Amino acid sequence: MARATPIDATTEAIEAAPAAPRVERSVAIEARGVHKTFRIPGHRIDSLKERVVHPLARVSYRDLHALRGVSFDVHHGEFFGIVGRNGSGKSTLLKILASIYRADAGRIRIAGRIAPFIELGVGFNADLTARENVVLNGVMMGLSQREARRRLDAVLEFAELEEFVDLKLKNYSSGMMVRLAFSGMIQSDADILLIDEVLAVGDAAFRQKCADVFHEMKGAGRTLVLVTHDMGSVQAYCDRAMLLDEGELRYIGDPEDTGREYLRMNFGGEGSGDRASVVPDLHTRLVDAWLEDRAGERVENVETGEPIRINAVLEASTELRSPSFGFLCTNADGVNVFQFERPLTTDKGQPDLLEPGQRVRISGIIDNPLAPGRYMVRCLVTRKRNPGDRALQGLRLLDFVVYGPNRGATVIRVRADVDAVPEEPGG
Amino acid sequence: MSTEAVGVPLRDVHGPSALGGGWRRFFELLYLISVTEFKKTYFGTVLGYVWSLVRPLLLFSVLLFVFTKIFRIGSTVPNYPVMLLLNIVLYTFFQEATNTAVTSVVNQESVVRKTQFPRLVIPMATVLTSVFNLGMNLIAVVIFLLAYGVDPTWTWLFLPLIVLILFVLTSAMSLLLSSLYVRFRDIAIMWSVAAAALFYGSPILYPFDPAIVPDQYRAVMAINPLTPFFAQVRHWIIDPSAPTAVEAVGGWTHMIAPVAIFVAVCALGVWVFNREAPRVAEEL
Repeated sequence: MARATPIDATTEAIEAAPAAPRVERSVAIEARGVHKTFRIPGHRIDSLKERVVHPLARVSYRDLHALRGVSFDVHHGEFFGIVGRNGSGKSTLLKILASIYRADAGRIRIAGRIAPFIELGVGFNADLTARENVVLNGVMMGLSQREARRRLDAVLEFAELEEFVDLKLKNYSSGMMVRLAFSGMIQSDADILLIDEVLAVGDAAFRQKCADVFHEMKGAGRTLVLVTHDMGSVQAYCDRAMLLDEGELRYIGDPEDTGREYLRMNFGGEGSGDRASVVPDLHTRLVDAWLEDRAGERVENVETGEPIRINAVLEASTELRSPSFGFLCTNADGVNVFQFERPLTTDKGQPDLLEPGQRVRISGIIDNPLAPGRYMVRCLVTRKRNPGDRALQGLRLLDFVVYGPNRGATVIRVRADVDAVPEEPGG
Repeated sequence: MSTEAVGVPLRDVHGPSALGGGWRRFFELLYLISVTEFKKTYFGTVLGYVWSLVRPLLLFSVLLFVFTKIFRIGSTVPNYPVMLLLNIVLYTFFQEATNTAVTSVVNQESVVRKTQFPRLVIPMATVLTSVFNLGMNLIAVVIFLLAYGVDPTWTWLFLPLIVLILFVLTSAMSLLLSSLYVRFRDIAIMWSVAAAALFYGSPILYPFDPAIVPDQYRAVMAINPLTPFFAQVRHWIIDPSAPTAVEAVGGWTHMIAPVAIFVAVCALGVWVFNREAPRVAEEL
């Protein structure tokens, strides 16, 4: 490798690595030139009265082109990611695949039965019990009644809700509902699963379960389409991914490359403020990231006040000179809560750089003053010795939940020694 | 690897529709939803079945009092109380089914927006649930008929046909109303008023006899498909000496208008629902 390459050169785009030869498999989903336009009324005529009062008022429609000619194939046994920003058309595309919306133009062909999981649910009726809903949902997804009933036990067992089988869903917590819905979809034995943003919510335990299921299904050669705006899950699970932007296909291929394109789109270009300073090039790849508790055990979520150690293992994709690694923690409202940074530790005489392929482990401990809630940790890779220098890269590391009694709406909790002593009157 | 899935051929996806997903799924879902709904109304409340009977019975008692003691039309009509009860039970079915169906599609929003299934199931399930209710109520009516001393005739065997005709009309109205309601929310109020008007405008409280309905209104009232319907019900079930539908409206030529309207409502309901079904998820 060109060791003498000045570091500035590495800020240029890295060419996509040649894709590994892919075994040709039969097509499970074939989409050709899919168009979808929503007509958004400028002033919605919702009642006949408005129609009568303004009989001649042509309703002015604004056309929202949700999808403009999207074509792609998904193969059997493939995990396929669809990513894009909010409003990029990815959820619309999924709904068209699931036959919930009808495409205006284009052709979609699908081999086999589909089970969709959209907006965290599969369409349950809150007035019915879990038993009735699961059977009903099974039939909706195309099972016969007998099959649907036979699968009931498996669904409840997976969702760990056996005791609540005759409880009406309106009495379920949202977490229980999501578990039941997800479980119903998994057990529906469909050929193709369509999943929308399932990993974005749910508690850590549920997400772990999803992850386990995905790995299991991957091993079993099931076909899955995952819609998300979280690149982390796409890179973790998907064989291929597609990037949508404003209803157009921007990139399709390796998840890593798609992720790079996505970052470039989000942070590059005309972005404003500190975001523009994040160079989207992929200098490092995330190998692993996890939390440890006081005892050094890997944990998914932590109790407030309990010290936590944040760990990440990164692999340099190119030579990185004088890198510095920082963790930035953001809460669910997008507020930056804390950050810390550490330059690469090198032995005396060793050059201050990472070779391509070399890994670095970053680990930081905090005594966790965080209030209960959801947090996201990002890793920022920068160059030291240049204060205020551009970040080389921002990597989403992990999400975690801090639990505990919620006292007041503060972001952090500090140890304080407070006195409230009455003063002597007239003193 | 999923060798079995590889053998599955690619099939075109056409998006949601009134019947998308096939007849088998349609009937299974229809049955499942209506039975669950039916169970819910019967086992969900303490008195269950009693409630579905009490409502028409209360209405019946009040009207019976008004029309036999105050206006006294009823006293001149043979078997008036049983005629009134049967008519009220039949019309209550029509009114309740359509009123529930109007908002049914919108109420099932969470399901419509997340699952692909034959959209037709939703309004049809509410109608079918009401049919179960009607069946239970008709048993009570038949008992009442016998207790009142009406002689059973072979024409009682037409009762299922009566229910079928009313079921078709109710379904068509339900399809029409439920799909329009997605776009125009005041359909619900308009329909509740229209249904009340139909209640008084159709020969439910009174028979369609020349002695009762003045000549100048007979032609207009005969356009209403419910007019010959209730006339025929009376002829078949209550009083074989009463005029048949054709005789009541004044001959076969006068049957053209109500039959045409009946057919038109059915066609319109199916057409509108079929047209709106693919877009329901977007309009919600």
